[in-house]
Amino acid sequence: MNAPLDHGANVVATAARHADDVDRNGRFPIEAVQALKDARLLSLLIPIEFGGGGASLADVAEICTSLGQHCASTAMIFAMHQIKASSLIAHGRGSAWHEAFMRRVADEQLLLGSATTEGGVGGNMRNSICAFERDGAIFRIAKEGALISYGAYSDAILVTARRASDAPPSDQQMAVLEKSQYRLERTGSWDALGMRGTCSEGFTFSGEAPVEQIFTHDFAEIASESMLATAHLLWSAVWFGVASDALSRAQSFVRKDARRHPNGPAPGALRLAEAANKLQLMRVNIVEGLKRFAKAQQNEDDLNSMSFAVAMNNIKIGSSQLSIEIINHALLIAGIAGYKNDTPFSVGRHMRDALSAQVMISNDRIFTNLSTLLLAQRIDQRLGD
Amino acid sequence: MLDTIRRLVDEQGRLSVAAATIGDDADLYATGLTSFAAVQLMLALEETFDIEFPDRMLNRRSFSSISAIAGCLHELKGEEAA
Repeated sequence: MNAPLDHGANVVATAARHADDVDRNGRFPIEAVQALKDARLLSLLIPIEFGGGGASLADVAEICTSLGQHCASTAMIFAMHQIKASSLIAHGRGSAWHEAFMRRVADEQLLLGSATTEGGVGGNMRNSICAFERDGAIFRIAKEGALISYGAYSDAILVTARRASDAPPSDQQMAVLEKSQYRLERTGSWDALGMRGTCSEGFTFSGEAPVEQIFTHDFAEIASESMLATAHLLWSAVWFGVASDALSRAQSFVRKDARRHPNGPAPGALRLAEAANKLQLMRVNIVEGLKRFAKAQQNEDDLNSMSFAVAMNNIKIGSSQLSIEIINHALLIAGIAGYKNDTPFSVGRHMRDALSAQVMISNDRIFTNLSTLLLAQRIDQRLGD
Repeated sequence: MLDTIRRLVDEQGRLSVAAATIGDDADLYATGLTSFAAVQLMLALEETFDIEFPDRMLNRRSFSSISAIAGCLHELKGEEAA
């Protein structure tokens, strides 16, 4: 095991210890996030030259999976932070302000949040109503109805808006605002079915900052070259952790049952075999995606291609659906012991947390987008690459 | 060819301005072209010019400006002639 993953072990233990309380009270996993900071894992992806860990996305995904096995909320917060970090790394290079900020993320272990949606755009992150209103060397922004995960706990927020008040809704840019530069007015609570610790409350976000804090790259590029892939891959890694823990609980149940009834397999044994097959599909889907992304990062045309967008969207769709199927199998295998919240075979929280997978960026919206892309994109009929 | 492309951009691009006012090299995405409107535009170009865009041209850059589109079409028409 390599060094960052070793550090991850302490964090995972901390997350596991508080997971029930985080879920029950719908509170921010403050202990686990502090442990992430203490282990310097918030700067894991940031290049060594800027004081970070210089790790690969695969290493980050591995930690997402480990955390997902114990506290999906902590895992998702960690994943979402890293998605923001990846945008900084991919698109902040060459900009003095963003490079200095990356260094600060590493030095001070700043937690990065994201305000990419707003009321009135129907969940479509690639449309903005609000705009960056420039006034000399500074800009102002006011975004209403933004769902900002752990917004109240973030040290900085990356926010999207139209380039200017006369720009079309899809001509967007993104800026980094530090906590001292914005105000959050809470407009909605987060009493959700699962992922209760992400505290994804609704806010009106308003702030002002120097224009140099706006990324020079268009948000369209940031979305397609760093956000889309890292989000779908890291979220999937979290859900893989959730599903694999549910299945391992079901396996314990089957083994216990088999020891008690040595003369024949328990009825759940067959389902375990079937679910293990689905878990393998889920895993190769994600691992193949991580490889595809690593390869595409060497080639800007591939990173911006439709086939890459189709592949990354399919990873999200596939892993969000498979995770539910696997957890449902685990529930059927363990029966009442899985349904109850207080047994070692309980999968209730797994099910509730994983149900978020099909609604965080709605699968139906992704299918609609894919169906449009597939009017152009040819079906890839090769086995290899 | 450029006039035909401009007409199709007007019909399919859902831009905030008329294509006639856009320079050959101006960024179409900055005038509101989305990736989905780009797909509609691609289908219209394929129909009008009787070509098929290969996978390698299905990226953001190919539809980034009127001249980028014309470049793709020239390449495809050239391949056909060869």
